[in-house]
Amino acid sequence: MKKLISAALILTMVLALAACGSSKGGSDTGTATKGVLVMATNAEFPPYEYHEGDKIVGIDAEIAAAIAEKMGCELKIEDIAFDSIIPEVSSGKADIGLAGMTVTEDRKQSVDFSDSYASSSQVVIVTETSGISSLSDLDANSVIGVQTGTTGDIYCSDEFANIERYNKGMEAVQALSQGKIDAVVIDSEPAKVFVAETSGLKILDESYTDEQYAAAIRKGNTALLENVNKALSELKSDGTLDKIVAKYITAN
Amino acid sequence: MFSAFYDALYLNFVKDDRWHYLTNGLKVTLIVTLFSALMGVVLGFVVAIIRSTYENTGRMKIANKLCGLYLTVIRGTPVVVQLMIIYFVIFASVRIDKTLTAIIAFGINSGAYQAEIFRSGINSVPKGQFEAGRSLGFNYGQTMVHIIMPQAFRVVVPTLCNEYITLLKETSVAGYIALEDLTKGGDIIRSRTYSAFLPLIAVALIYLIMVLALTKLVSVLERRLSRGTRR
Repeated sequence: MKKLISAALILTMVLALAACGSSKGGSDTGTATKGVLVMATNAEFPPYEYHEGDKIVGIDAEIAAAIAEKMGCELKIEDIAFDSIIPEVSSGKADIGLAGMTVTEDRKQSVDFSDSYASSSQVVIVTETSGISSLSDLDANSVIGVQTGTTGDIYCSDEFANIERYNKGMEAVQALSQGKIDAVVIDSEPAKVFVAETSGLKILDESYTDEQYAAAIRKGNTALLENVNKALSELKSDGTLDKIVAKYITAN
Repeated sequence: MFSAFYDALYLNFVKDDRWHYLTNGLKVTLIVTLFSALMGVVLGFVVAIIRSTYENTGRMKIANKLCGLYLTVIRGTPVVVQLMIIYFVIFASVRIDKTLTAIIAFGINSGAYQAEIFRSGINSVPKGQFEAGRSLGFNYGQTMVHIIMPQAFRVVVPTLCNEYITLLKETSVAGYIALEDLTKGGDIIRSRTYSAFLPLIAVALIYLIMVLALTKLVSVLERRLSRGTRR
């Protein structure tokens, strides 16, 4: 009996703590006051973000740095799992999420999105020797690899039966090149990098979906949202945005 | 407050049949744990016999060396790394069932720990018992089977069950090879609903309930086994 009571007490305490965590504070003024802009990303997603030496570089990292500079604060990048980025932002652990993240209706329920800063598409990677040459060759028997929580995962889960959800896009590509799966659906730019670095793979000409990337910001933090949008539009008009993209993505 | 909680429950578990991720994941977790535990018993038993035979008689020198190497490597590296080595390196370019891959990886891993548990059980039986057996005319094998093993078994059971509890929890890293076990099921829900609390707490509770059930089972078993022993 004693055990039961203490277990009940512990449970109540946990729930009480959780209630604190999820309560939305009313005094959000953005982060400009603190002087540090914390960005959450998943640095396994070249060319948008990846590790180079001991630094995280890429399009998103540079755009965030440019935004932070416009806002007069210091940028701090946190590398976490892709599916943890939105919880991280919505709980206030990070101020902004830039991770090649597509704007979707579901995600809008949890966070606000800035103006879009890049457009992308989900593409299909297959092995050169496979018989798959177009989207219509993928059927109920095809085993499709995706990265957990990406739009590729969400859209494919609605359409196909055999989805393998890897923690990293690179692992899905590795499984594909080892013949464990039939195709990988992932964002176009990382797909190009993966295909360039792995022999025997190709990207189908036809893309799976087209979409817009934007920065995720905690719901209701309008001060930060406005600051980010203002910085983004300035970066767009003075050509910095294009310059950053061109540095990482060579037109083809 | 309560309607918000109810909405969260609905979003995380009911909508789009998301609870399926947990039940299917639970099934995978149980299958992987059960079969890798069985594989571990066989492996561990063989290794323990070889090791203690060498210790007692000096026979099987090379086999003992190999077993020592196996124990060192497996116990000296994290199970998640072993899992990925088996999936991406050893079974490179083979389309192998992922549940089977996980069973092999966790079985090999658990085998190493179970081997040491068995060996410590065998060693816990006083040497006099062994000598008594031999003086009654039993050979080494007979002494082992009829005198040492039954006594060792009783000592080993609680520790062995702890190993199974650890194994059950360790299978939570199966998501690294895209196997959808209980933990990965919770992760998938998390990646769809963007809420951390309910999926993680639900997963934690399910593990906790399983561990509590196992613990209960162990204490019953222990009581049964100690019946008739004088302390």
